[in-house]
Amino acid sequence: MPDVTRPTPSSAAAAGTTPASGDVSLKTSRFKVPGEGSSLGISVATVVAMVLVWFAVTRLGLIKPLFLPGPEAVWQQFFEYLTGTANDKPLWQHFVASILRVAVAFWAAFLTAVPVGIAMGMSRVARGIFDPPIEFYRPLPPLAYLPLIIIWFGIDELPKVLLIYLACFAPLALAARSGMKSATHEQINAAYSMGANYGQVIRHVILPSALPEILVGMRIAIGFGWTTLVAAEMVAANVGLGQMVLNASNFLRTDIVIMGIVVIGVVAYLFDMFMRWVERKLVPWKGRI
Amino acid sequence: MPTLDIRDLAVNYAVKGGTLQALTSVNLTMHDGDFVVALGASGCGKTTLLNCIAGFLPPSTGEVLIDDRPVTGPGADRGVVFQKHALMPWLSVQDNVALGLRMRGVPRAQRRRVALDKLALVGLEQYAERAVYELSGGMQQRVGIARALANDPAVLLMDEPMGALDAFTREQLQEILLDAWAKTNKMVFFITHSVEEALFIATRLIVMSPSPGRITNVYDNVPFSREFLSHHDARRVKSGPEFIRLREEVLALIHHREPAHA
Repeated sequence: MPDVTRPTPSSAAAAGTTPASGDVSLKTSRFKVPGEGSSLGISVATVVAMVLVWFAVTRLGLIKPLFLPGPEAVWQQFFEYLTGTANDKPLWQHFVASILRVAVAFWAAFLTAVPVGIAMGMSRVARGIFDPPIEFYRPLPPLAYLPLIIIWFGIDELPKVLLIYLACFAPLALAARSGMKSATHEQINAAYSMGANYGQVIRHVILPSALPEILVGMRIAIGFGWTTLVAAEMVAANVGLGQMVLNASNFLRTDIVIMGIVVIGVVAYLFDMFMRWVERKLVPWKGRI
Repeated sequence: MPTLDIRDLAVNYAVKGGTLQALTSVNLTMHDGDFVVALGASGCGKTTLLNCIAGFLPPSTGEVLIDDRPVTGPGADRGVVFQKHALMPWLSVQDNVALGLRMRGVPRAQRRRVALDKLALVGLEQYAERAVYELSGGMQQRVGIARALANDPAVLLMDEPMGALDAFTREQLQEILLDAWAKTNKMVFFITHSVEEALFIATRLIVMSPSPGRITNVYDNVPFSREFLSHHDARRVKSGPEFIRLREEVLALIHHREPAHA
């Protein structure tokens, strides 16, 4: 018979880990996990503090209004632009013009870049054809090839949309291409052993598994597109948020410049929030399997 | 009556400076209702053997025949259950099970009926509409078994399907698997490195050894799965003297095997 040692009450107490002081708060983890906890409250406090500092330095006259107008002056401009009482087109016209340019360019890029990326993921021929041009132009700043686009395509809407289109194209194509590698070997084998042919493996396994990366590509692309907007509207535009800011800077209207910057930033943020919502709706399984 | 016939199967991998014999001269015949378990240490070629039967890997010499037709690639007549479940997370549990039928153009209503039927076999019919990532690891593996059975394969190939599960879930899943097997009477080829699991579920146990990978021992008519199915008391089976004796014998075989001669 093997000896079975049963813990006696006294030995259990000796081996127990109850600390001497009983007022230790209950935590799920004894250790600090990097980056844990919500940052929402701190973010709100940061924004409020930035506005307060802005208020303070302008009210106390530390910075001249030419360089930094007060929040109330910026708000005044926003209000006038919103109601159309400003000495310019109303804000919604600038807004609609910019949104249209970005939207047309983004969807055109989406409809072309995703198939190109998928083709690059599926075929070495497509990869060989598209990889050099995309990797060549991708790191170029849009302002560097803007003159060429003007010389080739004039100063209508086309060059503006084209510039934004190019900014959106590369991240979308690369995301789709790398997304094609997301399916695991087992998932592909499983589909084949259920009788799938090559086309069905692409349709039922490879493409759905690429969706999360394509959505990330869309988020990045729309960010790039919005960033390129101001550059695009530097060319003979007479309406658009970027044009509104550039025009105001020519007259040293810092209040309108700041108002325009804030509007552009907020719209970009809302875009991103929207895309994150789309992501949660379309790929709730992302990162969970 | 489906038959799986493996004749003089050998698989060599090209490695740096020559070839590696992953499998040599494997012969095996299976019929309906056979539950064959391959047991052995890592590198003994058991997964290579399964991949050959599944058609993922071409044999170097020899052949794999199903009903006298040689295997030339993966197909719906051989259902595979993987160690990692390999389910599609964008599909519901039911749609995962029905995926093979969908790809074969089976109408929706019939797909649903088959899927629910197979999910019932593994006790998951009430989870049909759920997302696979909401299920536990053991449940995901049960969905994987239901998915493989949905195509009504001639043989079920299982590559360490319980390797990633905890001991309790594992024992529960062994019992579910045996019940499903008894109801469908499929032939099963199952890989494990657990001696107890192998003895408990097998009707035939093949012990494999590495370098080169080969079958060294075969135990025919292992009685314990039938015994379990007759009274459903797993503890009684696993604590019986004959089970313990065989377990120790097989363990000794694996741990004190004579050195392999190439």
